[in-house]
Amino acid sequence: MSAATATHPATSVFAVEGLRCAGCIAKLETGLAGVPGVAGARVNFTTRRVSITHDGAADAETLRSAIERLGFPAQPFLGSETTPQSDESRALMKALGVAGFAAVNIMLLSVSVWSGAQGVTRDLFHWLSALIALPAIAYSGRPFFASAWAALRHGRTNMDVPISIGVVLTAAISLFETIVGGEHAYFDGATMLLFFLLAGRFLDSAMRARASDSVAALLRQTAPGGHVVGKDGGTAWRAAAELAPGMRLLVAAGERFASDGVVETGSSSVDRALITGENVPVAVAPGGAVLAGTINLDAPLTVRVTAAEADTVIADIARMMADAGQMRSAYVRIADRAARLYAPAVHSLAALSFLGWWLAGAGWHDALMIAVAVLIITCPCALGLAVPVAQVVASGALMRAGVLIKDGAALERLASATAVFFDKTGTLTLGRPTPVGDLPLTPAEAGAALALAQASRHPLARALAAALAQAGTSAAAAADMAETAGLGVAARFDGVKARLGRTDWVGSAASGDTLLTAFRLGDGPVRLLAFHDALRPDAAAALARLHALGLEATMISGDRPAAVAAIAGQLGMASRAELQPGEKLALIEAAQAGGARILMVGDGLNDGPALQAAHVSMAPASASDVGKTAADLVFLGDRLLPVAQAVAAARRTMAVVRQNFALAIGYNVLAVPLAIAGQVTPLVAAIAMSGSSLIVIGNALRLRGCTR
Amino acid sequence: MNGLFFLIPIALGLGLAGLAAFFWAIRSQQFDDLDGAALRILIDDGPVAADKDQARLPPA
Repeated sequence: MSAATATHPATSVFAVEGLRCAGCIAKLETGLAGVPGVAGARVNFTTRRVSITHDGAADAETLRSAIERLGFPAQPFLGSETTPQSDESRALMKALGVAGFAAVNIMLLSVSVWSGAQGVTRDLFHWLSALIALPAIAYSGRPFFASAWAALRHGRTNMDVPISIGVVLTAAISLFETIVGGEHAYFDGATMLLFFLLAGRFLDSAMRARASDSVAALLRQTAPGGHVVGKDGGTAWRAAAELAPGMRLLVAAGERFASDGVVETGSSSVDRALITGENVPVAVAPGGAVLAGTINLDAPLTVRVTAAEADTVIADIARMMADAGQMRSAYVRIADRAARLYAPAVHSLAALSFLGWWLAGAGWHDALMIAVAVLIITCPCALGLAVPVAQVVASGALMRAGVLIKDGAALERLASATAVFFDKTGTLTLGRPTPVGDLPLTPAEAGAALALAQASRHPLARALAAALAQAGTSAAAAADMAETAGLGVAARFDGVKARLGRTDWVGSAASGDTLLTAFRLGDGPVRLLAFHDALRPDAAAALARLHALGLEATMISGDRPAAVAAIAGQLGMASRAELQPGEKLALIEAAQAGGARILMVGDGLNDGPALQAAHVSMAPASASDVGKTAADLVFLGDRLLPVAQAVAAARRTMAVVRQNFALAIGYNVLAVPLAIAGQVTPLVAAIAMSGSSLIVIGNALRLRGCTR
Repeated sequence: MNGLFFLIPIALGLGLAGLAAFFWAIRSQQFDDLDGAALRILIDDGPVAADKDQARLPPA
């Protein structure tokens, strides 16, 4: 799917960041159409992807840089375009359409029967109903039949077992009644039941559809390939899969390493945030190790490949995440746990009413009709809607509060969390350097500093540029701009030399703290610019709210003990420092083996396995793709309070789910005696079924304000 | 009574036509990008908006 070597048309898919509005869609599609070799481009705004039809003239790298020239950071999307979830949603949507069509038309015929159609007319209407209902049930019922069969084959039972038995038995008896010209047929009830249940099932699936495969996203982080230096000194682009240990790669500034390796020539600094979660760049010199997926910041490097593809550190983390994810899939959802008690109760009740009436002297036909009435009245219509409607309403409310949820089960797990683990950088802190206090620059210096800062890709330079631009400074006109790798940027402003960079290079004796940079204009004084990774503004308030909810917070960080202790002391929380990704994972597994249910909040790739293994996990929207896809919930913005709000909202949601269960059971307590007494006609069943569903939906709608 | 023999097939036929349209919409991927569809209505193909967009395009 990535590089097209042949001349026939190929389709490449890219994940694009920064798509915000209609203008972005138009810009990207019209802009790409002008690239040589591109036949057409189509943006999918929902998934933030663009699929490009092109011929052999445009390879993956050309297309990627074409997208970036248009102003959007892009990565080739290596996963499959259709996820299993989106296929499932589509199948459910079709089934829902068919069930809706059948339910509406059969109800139309049933209303005439209830209002007194007799004899031939009634028989005709029953036959018409059967004609619509039987194919519709066979088509729309498949999701339930398949799931019930799979459960029964493994000796288990789930919510789909009573549904399937109820629907199949009802349809069979109604068909028999139709053939013998009987008075009651339940085709309307059976199709309406399927319609309501499919609606619940579809809502549930649509919630999950956006979450894509986290492991695919992880491997997307590594470069798709690199420039290999040949024997003759020339370079050729090779895909990551073709790289092998011993090859020499030329990595330009700003490029990602395609494999693990050792630096042979050149010195530069490397952004390793992807692996370590640390945003301070690490200097590398010949002999230093570099990891696949990290970014070369300053100067070109020649790197000897030591591990490629499946042997890289990043691939190792991907495997750890895949293993950790299996644990979570063992979680049994609340609806299925309810069904384990519900199904046997309902089936024995129906069997007992059949036996009871038969022994009491009723004919087997009457006894069977009563048993079927019991089955259809107890069919978990409201129960099937109780959970998904509440979760969908709550997730809508949370979305407005800035929290995105991937999956209804995540809300259930979030409500039951007992302790919370935080990563430090990017989670408790903002994850980007911000100036300490006001910048000590005169207006003239500020203009020059902004011009210099804008010329560099170094994180501190970018932070300085952002801070100055926010303060309303405009860049001065510069001449002879030059960047020296690892040292800084220099330029002339009206003939006066200015430097921005490492403190000793600029002319200060201050220590080489990596979060300290210096600036000097001409012969003026050296200005020291200190940066720190500030705490999220409401971190303390969020931790206090979590504490009030009964969740104790612990910090688990890969950073140095001193930096971790400083933040932990400030927030008054327990902490562990210098943890590798595997150690974070082990800590969580140990805590959960002890009975705790952990909410993990983290952002980096190094948190990936921990996010995947925790009972439930959250990531800030600024997190790496891996963090975001591994997490169950993503919160937007600079505030940490949404974490606490989400926990509170999840608990409120589960309270409403339990109320809905109580309502559904209460309705059964009222209706089942009527059914056992033989008083339930198709009309009563239809009213009871839609009535209870509406009550459950109405109760769930109260959750619209659940984040307050 | 005789009216039923016309009216019922007509009613069912209309319903089936709606169902077929729904299936066609799913198959032609009209539900795949609902957020995008909501925005695309705002893209103006006319010369005015195109000029504004072109102005911001860096040379390809």
